[in-house]
Amino acid sequence: MSRARPALLLAGGLVALALSVSVTVTVGPAAITPAEVWASLGARLGIGESPLTPIQDGIVWDLRMPRTLIAAVCGAGLALCGAVMQSLLRNPLADPFVLGVSSGASTGAVAVIVLGWGAGVVSLSAGAFVGALLSFGMVMLLSHSLGGSMDRVVLSGVAAMQLFSALTSFTVLLSADAETTQGVLFWLLGSFSNVGWADVVLCAAVLAVVMAVCLAHTTTLDAFAFGEEAAASLGVRVARARLVLLTATALLTAALVSSVGAVGFVGLILPHATRMLTGAMHARLLPVAAVIGAVFLVWVDTLARTALDPQEIPVGVVTSLVGVPAFIAVLYRSRGKS
Amino acid sequence: MSDIATAVEDGTGAVSGSPSQGGHLRADGVVRRIGGRVVLDGVTLAPHPGETVGLLGPNGSGKSTLLRLLAGVLGPTAGRVTFDGDPLPRVGRRAVARRVAVVQQESHTQTEMSVRDVVGLGRIPHRRAWTPVTPDDRRAVDTALERTGLADRAGQSWHTLSGGERQRVQIARALAQEPGELLLDEPTNHLDIQYQLDLLELAVSLPVTTVIALHDLNLAAMYCDRLVVLRDGRAVAEGTPGQVLTPALIRDVYGVRAEVTGEGDRPVVRFLRRGDPEI
Repeated sequence: MSRARPALLLAGGLVALALSVSVTVTVGPAAITPAEVWASLGARLGIGESPLTPIQDGIVWDLRMPRTLIAAVCGAGLALCGAVMQSLLRNPLADPFVLGVSSGASTGAVAVIVLGWGAGVVSLSAGAFVGALLSFGMVMLLSHSLGGSMDRVVLSGVAAMQLFSALTSFTVLLSADAETTQGVLFWLLGSFSNVGWADVVLCAAVLAVVMAVCLAHTTTLDAFAFGEEAAASLGVRVARARLVLLTATALLTAALVSSVGAVGFVGLILPHATRMLTGAMHARLLPVAAVIGAVFLVWVDTLARTALDPQEIPVGVVTSLVGVPAFIAVLYRSRGKS
Repeated sequence: MSDIATAVEDGTGAVSGSPSQGGHLRADGVVRRIGGRVVLDGVTLAPHPGETVGLLGPNGSGKSTLLRLLAGVLGPTAGRVTFDGDPLPRVGRRAVARRVAVVQQESHTQTEMSVRDVVGLGRIPHRRAWTPVTPDDRRAVDTALERTGLADRAGQSWHTLSGGERQRVQIARALAQEPGELLLDEPTNHLDIQYQLDLLELAVSLPVTTVIALHDLNLAAMYCDRLVVLRDGRAVAEGTPGQVLTPALIRDVYGVRAEVTGEGDRPVVRFLRRGDPEI
């Protein structure tokens, strides 16, 4: 199989990402051109004059830009986490939510919304983050007490997912009126509306740290291809590598889910799609998967907010509508292997 | 039982090889319990540099566990495994993997990898984080591919290989580790006879110390310099194939009747049916 050169792929992907961001922030009711956006960026960096009116400037920089950037960060992070999870758990169907992080986050967020603990968006994110960590902690403790092998980790994740989904449904049933139920639903499916620069900065910072951790472990991840014992005989300290990588990806997933809800399928499908371009070796796979994930979600979010304008489709619905056919294609592709 | 009794040197069932110090990889009086069961019960194994040691014994006799202890992927409950005199935990996982390579009975992956990718895994213990593949890594992989006759198949997908070819790739991967010792756990199971002979021929031709667990007594007799027989976690016989493979030992350890022919250190074992007369 011939493979594109990873450096070229990565460079091309980054250019595509910059273009995508500058184009998608112009899509919407207020008519603005990409050239104006670049000029306005220049003005903000002290070069030249901004061609935008103050209102246009506000729309671009306070509304659309943070939203577009969080979509990019989220796509990059979910694709990265998915690729790492699939390799570490040796399971092609693993995704960033397989350890119950998103279910725990939902329970935390719903508890905040429905039970009225705290108020406002910040406490919702905080509640989601705490829920995500609780769920992840439960999975790690459970799988550790069951012997710590990868299949135990997956089974513990399934248990946590079921438990926290049930808790979420129960909480909603118990006390929600129609309006809050709709708000909860929208959040559960993932939404990039209502994000601000604080979310972008926080998530981007976590992404940068976790990306660095994962890139430092690329050969370790390669070593897991033939299982944990094979990895150990290649010099990997398996328990330590597993703990570091699972914790890092869970933290990133928790940060993303807390800001924008559980956007499904990106973390499941894009790593597979990327492997077809780069092969399975992680030094090539991880950075390219992150860039492709970023570009993908930037466009999916643009579709989500404009397709039924002024009605907004939850971004998780769009990713799933795109993702399910792709998922089936992956299943067909992996038929007869193993 | 007399054959067995004479082969056992002391009460722990220890069988020793070279007594010389600084003798690379060795296990001394190792005991291993798994889930309350004693799988290994005081075994000493010290391969001489460059020789091929065959581990024999029925299923559950502790062959695989002994290899895992030697590889350092499992720790002994008692006793110690040392490399140049240092216990393996002190040597460190990466350093051990630079000296000791393992080929398992079978290798499975769902990952889409080329032959070269798989062989390249052998360079992992030599590579540093954040550092791309070095010319040394590439050279080691090329050498391993050539030595195993896989140079022209480097680009082929792992999933298109037969069982025998996969084992050959795993040996190439082990060679890319540039080890001093090679541990093979029943590497010829599931293979056609042609591939069995090919693989063992390849394994013993390598300039490394080899410890290989085998089921087939005749293959062990053909390819090994020295045999160690395990039963119930104890080493019960040790020596050249000619010394070890006697009808009495085969009866005691495996519970079957056999006649042993052939000259010197390469005996031939023929198993007997119930009605066959003993010679």
